[in-house]
Amino acid sequence: MIQQLAPILVLGVVVIGFAVVMLSLTFIAGPTRNPTPEKQIPYECGVIGTDMRTTKFPVKFYLTAILFILFDIEVIFLYPWAIVYIDFLKKGPFIFIEMAVFMVFLTFGLFYVWKGHALDWD
Amino acid sequence: MFGRVTLWIGTKEMGSGLLEFAINALKIVIVFVAIVSTVPLLVWVERRGSAFMQNRLGPNRVGPLGLLQLLADAIKFIFKEEFIPDHADKVLYFMAPGLALLPAALTFAAVPFSSPVTIMGHTINMQIADINVGIIYIFAVASLAVYGVLTAGWSSGNKYSLIGALRACSQMISYEIAMGLSLIGVLIMYQSFSLNDMIASQIGGFNFNWHGVHHAFKYLPAWGIFYQPLSFILFVTCGFAETNRMPFDLPEGEAELVGGYHTEYGGFKFNMFFMGEYGHMITSSALITTLFFGGYALPLISPEQVAAFWIDHGAGLAGPLHLSIADVSSLMTTLTHLAVFGLKTGFWLFFYVWVRWTLPRFRYDQLMDLGWKTLLPWSLVNLALTATVIFFARVS
Repeated sequence: MIQQLAPILVLGVVVIGFAVVMLSLTFIAGPTRNPTPEKQIPYECGVIGTDMRTTKFPVKFYLTAILFILFDIEVIFLYPWAIVYIDFLKKGPFIFIEMAVFMVFLTFGLFYVWKGHALDWD
Repeated sequence: MFGRVTLWIGTKEMGSGLLEFAINALKIVIVFVAIVSTVPLLVWVERRGSAFMQNRLGPNRVGPLGLLQLLADAIKFIFKEEFIPDHADKVLYFMAPGLALLPAALTFAAVPFSSPVTIMGHTINMQIADINVGIIYIFAVASLAVYGVLTAGWSSGNKYSLIGALRACSQMISYEIAMGLSLIGVLIMYQSFSLNDMIASQIGGFNFNWHGVHHAFKYLPAWGIFYQPLSFILFVTCGFAETNRMPFDLPEGEAELVGGYHTEYGGFKFNMFFMGEYGHMITSSALITTLFFGGYALPLISPEQVAAFWIDHGAGLAGPLHLSIADVSSLMTTLTHLAVFGLKTGFWLFFYVWVRWTLPRFRYDQLMDLGWKTLLPWSLVNLALTATVIFFARVS
């Protein structure tokens, strides 16, 4: 299994090599660096800001990330199920009922999050 | 000869022996160069296309039809002055463009772009890596694109970059759920994660079993879009959001965020974000082709029939190429499939450009509402519908 990824390792090396060469080409071929104070400040029109990395941002982004992790894990549970679904149906309706129960919980979770206004952006 | 040195590079996936390893390595380089050089071509299509749609001329000075304009741009990028903002985290600032390009190039590795070719006893897969969990691999690597964006936004030390990056990330992860869910209906139909299996099951005419009775249609191909139309619509919509393309290019909303997460980038570093974005476009077009439009195979015509056609009609090429008729047939079949794949993928790439110049941009809350409150429920509906219909068709 892991051996199937060997060509991807080679491709990864090629891509990183390309990136490094291209980024260093500018150092070699570009004009000499001439940093002036005006050039070095963050892009901004009007009043020059302080260190911008501490800017506050809405908690919504954090909430979205948490919800993403929850739902993405649920999606991953569905993937192996989808592959074997038609095969397992030959043995009876259990696989259908099983996933129907799971789907009810998933949909309820979505409904709960929805009603709790966690999905609202305003 | 290689022995222990190569250990697992010299696996059967990279070919046995020095020659096959070299051929496979060359193939990887060619595919990467092809992706990288498709980007300028796409930008040209985008600029000429937009000019055409807006009744302008577009770039038409450099080279025939302005085709060399983007080459000129690429050279110009290299000769730009290197620039590092004072507030930037220097290491991450330089890493970010690479992190943006890497997943875009790696995702394409699992896509088969033509049928395997057998020449002089050597079989070469027209796919960088034949992974049995291809779809999962593509999703896994595609989600890594978030890191390039976040790294760029955070390391630039500019609030516009940071907010642009956060927006881009929220958007990408939100639509990833709907995208992943929309494909489950498709996976139920194909019963496999491997993209090669998916192409194989789309060969021939549309057919299905209903209560033990087999229905077959002669003139409708067995393409995924006919089995899963809703899934197709959801997947394409999510594809636009995942690639940060219009109408979902909020991360770059110029009016409010200057340039989004790459505000502080210039020269070739900026170009690499661009290449990443277009690389994702190429991969998602290739995925749409493979999942819903039969991949490299011709509609209703199986690869065996194409090979038989070239055995009958390719005899004239065997002499000049110094190859046996079987080799010529295999080679021409591969080239035919490559052309078909190129045409199908090219159409979807053009579709991306077309939509960009047709639809206006969403507002951010509308974008998140669409992802969570429309696409996600509808992909659940699609999943439930597919499972239920198959359940009633099989169990009676």
